[in-house]
Amino acid sequence: MLNGTTAEIVERKALRINPAKTCQPIGAMYAALGIHGCMPHSHGSQGCCSYHRSHLTRHFKEPVMATTSSFTEGASVFGGMANLTQALRNIFSIYSPEIVAVHTTCLSEVIGDDIPTIVRKAQEEGSIPEGKIVIHANTPSFVGSHVYGFSNMVMAMVNYLSEKTGTTRNQVNIIPGFVEPADMREIKRLAAALGADIVMFPDTSNVLDGPLTGQYKMYPEGGATVAQIRSAGDSIATIALGHFAAHVGAATLESKCNVPAAFLELPIGIGATDRFIDTLRNYAGVQVPAAVELERGRLVDLMSDLHQYFHGRRVAVSGDPDQVIALTQLLLELEMKPVYAITGSPGNQFEKRMHELLDGPVPNARIKQTADLFELHQWIKREPVDLLIANTYGKHIARVENLPFVRFGFPILDRTSHRFNPTVGYVGAMNLINQMLNALLDKKDRECAEEWFELVQ
Amino acid sequence: MPSIDILPARAASITQAGQPGAAVRCGQTSVAGSVSQRACVFCGARVVLYPIADALHLVHGPIGCAAYTWDIRGAQSSGPQLHRNSFSTDLQELDVIYGGEGKLERALTVLIARHQPKAAFVYSTCIVGVIGDDVGAVCKRVAAATGIPVLSVASEGFKGTKKDGYRAACEAVYTLIGTGDTTGISPLSINLLGDFNIAGETWIVRDYFQRMGVEVVATITGDGRVDDIRRCHGAKLNLVQCAGSMTHLARKLRDEHGIPFLKVSFFGLEDMSAALYDTARHFGDPALMERAKAIVRDEVERVYPELRRYKEQLLGKKAAIYVGGAFKAFSLVRALRTLGMTTAIVGTQTGDKDDYAQLREMCDAGTVIVDDSNPLELAKFCLEKDVDLFIGGVKERPIAYKLGIGFCDHNHERKEALAGYVGMLNFAREVYASCCSPVWQYMPRRAGGAA
Repeated sequence: MLNGTTAEIVERKALRINPAKTCQPIGAMYAALGIHGCMPHSHGSQGCCSYHRSHLTRHFKEPVMATTSSFTEGASVFGGMANLTQALRNIFSIYSPEIVAVHTTCLSEVIGDDIPTIVRKAQEEGSIPEGKIVIHANTPSFVGSHVYGFSNMVMAMVNYLSEKTGTTRNQVNIIPGFVEPADMREIKRLAAALGADIVMFPDTSNVLDGPLTGQYKMYPEGGATVAQIRSAGDSIATIALGHFAAHVGAATLESKCNVPAAFLELPIGIGATDRFIDTLRNYAGVQVPAAVELERGRLVDLMSDLHQYFHGRRVAVSGDPDQVIALTQLLLELEMKPVYAITGSPGNQFEKRMHELLDGPVPNARIKQTADLFELHQWIKREPVDLLIANTYGKHIARVENLPFVRFGFPILDRTSHRFNPTVGYVGAMNLINQMLNALLDKKDRECAEEWFELVQ
Repeated sequence: MPSIDILPARAASITQAGQPGAAVRCGQTSVAGSVSQRACVFCGARVVLYPIADALHLVHGPIGCAAYTWDIRGAQSSGPQLHRNSFSTDLQELDVIYGGEGKLERALTVLIARHQPKAAFVYSTCIVGVIGDDVGAVCKRVAAATGIPVLSVASEGFKGTKKDGYRAACEAVYTLIGTGDTTGISPLSINLLGDFNIAGETWIVRDYFQRMGVEVVATITGDGRVDDIRRCHGAKLNLVQCAGSMTHLARKLRDEHGIPFLKVSFFGLEDMSAALYDTARHFGDPALMERAKAIVRDEVERVYPELRRYKEQLLGKKAAIYVGGAFKAFSLVRALRTLGMTTAIVGTQTGDKDDYAQLREMCDAGTVIVDDSNPLELAKFCLEKDVDLFIGGVKERPIAYKLGIGFCDHNHERKEALAGYVGMLNFAREVYASCCSPVWQYMPRRAGGAA
């Protein structure tokens, strides 16, 4: 009964059905949570803030703090200056954050609130205590997607905070992209294993995957500190992981503080992880230790043990552009066939890069940016696939078409693996391979004829 | 635990039962800068209309509002599942500049042709209120062209609180009412307003009334159908479960169609029974009352032994309640009493002065009563009162868990029906499972027998 999708494809220009994206502010809120002691602030109606917090909570199963300007009819006519000024005063006096990261919404963008001016006035009036910081990002909901909101807030961190003092620090910046706390934790673990000093921002590990202590902490232990982000201007280099979520921040740092940047893709799969490790090794001037080589060896071993189950399998992938680009490479390393790949986010780099990756091995692959899950479902109806990889919203399609389904990306509202299993790094690839194998074999075990039902695989 | 301050501007919204003081300030937009747990006008309208399952629901705005409300409520449908899709005009920068009316009209036309819904609801979001699209005019044109009702829901997020969204939803639904044929409707007939059929609750409640011999004409906001709503003015009584959202519609039906209404609650043994008895009493039919008594007797008998076993385990435990509407809070205070538990903190997002006066009256002395709270306040009160259970919604759950407190979702993410007699048993089971879970013994505050 959930099958409202028709195989017949009609060109749509005015309509989004079952989106594969959401709006900018939530990305900005997520990025801001990766600053230690930061209160994200939503400059708009209180519904926006409530929706973002609920959505992030459903994904992380963690308290998500953010404040709102609580726009009313008056604010929409006369501007949101009074609301934001009052909000800043209240936030600092009662929640005492180190820093407030303001993001806009469609409403405040359209009425044209000038955030820097409002903040400056608040500062002059004494509404912002000495030593406390306010940064902001413009995140109109009618432009881009949640990924752009993340990227814009990262750019704001650089613009407002990073400084070049002239004394270079022996550290490498890493901008991890819109990934899970578990992924950020894994990136830090790999860097530590290499013995490379890094500054990673944002960093939501220990913020959105905190322990149960019986205490409620408005500002958990984790997050990149303001001092760390400030020091990023003195780093040797920046490694940015993902064109859409991370590259703008690195480019901004390059032009502002002259910190050279390596523009990489997310380290998902063996090749991309190799490139990440190699880049980090080069910048930090360290050797890859035996422990990391062993990890890589175990991944290659796993791939060799299982490659026969993956060869030639037709896969449909939906997700955020950086994730889909990176995951596609892992699928190709396993000689799978990503025949359909979509992202809801706009941006030409997606289709360009995906064609580079797929035109050779999967010449008939359908690739589309600014697409939605309804369209992906239509493609699948016309020519089926063996495996679907998408965020939770893929489950409607998986059920209707009886597809093995691996949950991947944001949001995941109905499973928990993303909370502790990374998808980046060699370990992340093993985790993804494991999930894909389970999905494929579970279906076979459930449905195959008895004579084909095998104990040993 | 260091003491946590209260925003000075919030002090007037907090009081305690059994203590003198002014009425609780409420019904206002949240203080700018607070971590409010509340949503907006759009949210209010969307939740009320969402369960009308054979209607098309199109969100006119940028993608977020449609994305965050996509299939997140367990408002079940026994038939069509069209409402579980996410349809939106996904407004872009150029639409904001040149207007989104054309896009809206094309989207409606395509969707109505494909899905043949019985009606369509178009939700305005913040931005539509600012760029000035004439949504009403588009709806009228499309309705004329397609022959189905196309209803504009004035739900721009900033134009008030969630309550104003309920009102906008009522106004939209009301335009459907009175357009259907009412012949054959029994003189003993009701509509259910404000039950959302979360986890199938409407089905449980409807069954009781049908067994009583009462015809249920329309279950407007739970497993709702357009054709039922069109003829629901033929019913002789309206039962309003979620008073906050549906009283406006009930009043209109009373004033313009002469249908009286009763505010009821289906949560807890007492309130469920009261709803059945009040209905029987309203119709003044002794046979109806006899059947109501028989149902209450049978159903209570069936669940009571197990309820008593839970009560023994839960006796004296303390709960915090933070829910949307006050009527639900009343029911929960009573239902917790049935389980031998006390309410130490009770708050709502949308309660009014009378609601809070009633809470003050019904709660034990010392119970904290709060309007439009925030996580810091809630955490503060939970620790001060050392509660064992928190009853709330999606944003409160992880806070409760972090404090090492059991949790029961009484909002739209509940997975078990909590209405009716069987619902009370589910509630007791859920409260027991969470309050008395062995997981809390690993939490430092409880570990080693420390209080």
